[in-house]
Amino acid sequence: MKRSGIQKAGERALISLPKGLKSVLAALLGIALTMFGLLVVTFLIGRVMPIDPVLAIVGKRASNEIYEAARISLGFDQPLYVQFWVYFKQVLSGDFGQSLLTSNAVTDDILRVFPATLELASVATLLGVFIGVPIGVYAAAYKESIFDQCVRVFGLFGYSMPIFWVGLIGLLVFYGTLGWVGGPGRLDIFYEDIIPQITGMILIDSLLAGDFEIFKNAVSHIILPATILGYYSIAYISRMTRSFMLEQLSQEYITTARVKGMSEQSVIWRHAFRNVLIPLVTVIALSYANLLEGSVLTETIFAWPGLGQYITTSLLSADMNAVLGGTFVVGTLFVGLNIFSDFLYKVVDPRAR
Amino acid sequence: MRIRSFIMGICALPLSYLVSAPFIHTAGAETPANMLVIANRIDDMVQLDPAEIFEFAGMDMARNVYDRLVAFDPLNLSKGAIPGLAMSWTLGSDGQTYTFTMRPEVKFHSGNPVTAADAEFSLRRVILLKKTPSFILSQFGFTAENVKENIKATSPMTLVIKTDKIYAPSFVLNCLTAGIGGIVDKKLVMEHEVNGDLGHEWLKTHSAGSGAYKLSSWKPNESYSLTAVPGYWRGDAAMKRVIVRHVSESATQRLMLEKGDIDIARNLSAEDIKAISKKEGLAVDNDLRGRIMYFSLNQKHPILSKPKVIQALKYLTDYKGMAGSFLKGQYSVHQAFLPLTYLGELKDTPYSLNVQKAQTLLKEAGHEEGFELEMIVRNAQERLDIAQSLQNTFSQAKVKVNLTVGTGKQILGRYRNRDFDIYLGAWGPDYPDPQTNADTFSHNPDNRDAAKLTGKLAWRNAWDIPKMTLETEAAVVELDAVKRGEMYVKIQKQHQMNSPFGIMFQQTEQTGRQKGVQNFITGSAISEAYYWTVTK
Repeated sequence: MKRSGIQKAGERALISLPKGLKSVLAALLGIALTMFGLLVVTFLIGRVMPIDPVLAIVGKRASNEIYEAARISLGFDQPLYVQFWVYFKQVLSGDFGQSLLTSNAVTDDILRVFPATLELASVATLLGVFIGVPIGVYAAAYKESIFDQCVRVFGLFGYSMPIFWVGLIGLLVFYGTLGWVGGPGRLDIFYEDIIPQITGMILIDSLLAGDFEIFKNAVSHIILPATILGYYSIAYISRMTRSFMLEQLSQEYITTARVKGMSEQSVIWRHAFRNVLIPLVTVIALSYANLLEGSVLTETIFAWPGLGQYITTSLLSADMNAVLGGTFVVGTLFVGLNIFSDFLYKVVDPRAR
Repeated sequence: MRIRSFIMGICALPLSYLVSAPFIHTAGAETPANMLVIANRIDDMVQLDPAEIFEFAGMDMARNVYDRLVAFDPLNLSKGAIPGLAMSWTLGSDGQTYTFTMRPEVKFHSGNPVTAADAEFSLRRVILLKKTPSFILSQFGFTAENVKENIKATSPMTLVIKTDKIYAPSFVLNCLTAGIGGIVDKKLVMEHEVNGDLGHEWLKTHSAGSGAYKLSSWKPNESYSLTAVPGYWRGDAAMKRVIVRHVSESATQRLMLEKGDIDIARNLSAEDIKAISKKEGLAVDNDLRGRIMYFSLNQKHPILSKPKVIQALKYLTDYKGMAGSFLKGQYSVHQAFLPLTYLGELKDTPYSLNVQKAQTLLKEAGHEEGFELEMIVRNAQERLDIAQSLQNTFSQAKVKVNLTVGTGKQILGRYRNRDFDIYLGAWGPDYPDPQTNADTFSHNPDNRDAAKLTGKLAWRNAWDIPKMTLETEAAVVELDAVKRGEMYVKIQKQHQMNSPFGIMFQQTEQTGRQKGVQNFITGSAISEAYYWTVTK
């Protein structure tokens, strides 16, 4: 049975228990240890950074008295382990504290910005999967053909072009010159705050509200950033798919299938691709997790108020509660997607059950 | 055959995607006639309580949501303080007691009437909450202990403020035009008080003003929107809705302006300004801001304390070269400590790059063969560019400068500890009165290390100026505003000649706008942006 690193770490810490229970406890313990480690590391990084969160709140002009009062009220006069203990207890109750930059609870801020990132990353990943996987499969099946060469060049561009540049050129051509797509932001400004926020994802909320005008506007705004992010996703997924497929197509069972007279399409899709699915699930999950982390540059260029921009702005302004909260959420996403891909292993590969 | 159809399918997918885009996109060519849409960097907007707001974007919002007792005329900023929520005021014979008569029949956005009790509450809570900008009021002697006595509503329409000693009335009134002077709705705010916080937590994310606009929404780092209040006492605003969206990239702001999706772009780079200034239908406005860029010389340094060396370094600065190249559109040459547009402004620019003159001065000071110095500077691009220019021009007279680049915290720490040779940095005024800069550039009552007057730039540079300190103190209590302005001009002229401050530039702001948008006032160096004046 294939196990992730998280599970293995948990298992080592367990004494012998019934097999089913042991497996569940190992997974839970592994997750808890990972999350605790993540919390410790992010907390320590936040405290050793050469920026002063107190100064960020009170400003450079504040008197020593005001500075000191703020420092004490934030608990920065306490030893580091006391500060961590207080923070740890808060996090356990789902409270990441208050953002210094927005005066809101960090949890509320994350709930506000995360749907924007989720929406963008999901559309981009769908593009990555539905285009990247088939072209990767065919590039491997027709290795060294013109199609394969084209896919490689396409992938190379995807890897090497700076997203900042691609984003600006995309805006200039499709928004500035051709006017085919909406501009920066999730909606045209005058459509803002019209539909009720249910999921925070405008594509879904506008459909729920039955407002197709806003839905169309939201589509016009998400097309370009999602295509650009999706392009990078396609490049990555297609390269990995090709590589996995080449490995499978050189196996003996493929030769056997061909000798038995199976059609080439059956050989590719029924035999080789099914085995590729297992590592591919991990690749797609990690690619999705990377996008969910928030593409800072894409969000900056497209004025997309997502998680990446939130964490970066908070970091530059020494808003450590927000940085810790955001980083913890990203870490949780990685762990969650890792577990999800473990689950998918079992769905697609009976040997893993 | 199959691969060909597959390739065609793959190609058709993104093509159909993009081809369908024009039909999906429904954006209009311009914003509605009664709506003002602004792109701006608003990530410095951290909370909304006027007792704490001290950042540019937040101050812009507060200027339009909260009224103050006294105000500026946005269309004539040089006129000085004019009536706001107080329709008149008098100064008592003691020179310390100001009696304000409130404007009748003005209402808050909640519908509650604006009274002297609200003004009393608003100014008192600035002192009681003791947030960073509270010094703007507390410098008049108000403390938590005496504020009940000294800021008092004596009738529903009369507010009396008593300062601890005589100050120039223009100084007191100018300070009341600052952000902390915003009058809040006492009744509404106190409904949300928690643990005696005077409604601070609630006001951080809500508004309770009487201004031309009420706050409709604020999404931090994303946007805020304002709705015009009908029946506003200054007259209804033409723009019924104002939306300010956070767009950090200059190139993105420019594209949005060119497409007509926004009316105003506030953070365009010099290149983008140049590009849009040639476009039909767009215009560029230039305005001065309050920030001053300067270098300063530590007077504890045996060489840098020599007057001729100080003069020489001021002549070794390429003011025009920098302002005409990498600082173009961002800074203009300015050599006095008060920003232009302030009371007492000084336009003289006696220094320009003159290597020969500098060499003569250095020779007279006994340093013909030059010397070596350390310059400390923060790791911000414009400052590094200036530092490198200074390094280059100083070297022409054999003055070798070694740059030490650090974070704001590191550099500011050394500056406050008097641990440097040359400091390169910027200073922005805190409130719209000359005292804000005079108090730091030309006032140093105790030059000893132990005095720790770290808030004063003159002290940080160990510049001992007993005579100028007295002159600065005299200017701040001068009752006649015209005479007071003249006093600052005189102080600045001496400062320009003798001080260890090489003041180089004043910040300028360039705003791109649709040509049809008129009367968008960014507030110059003394105020903030006004939305209620805008027409299309």
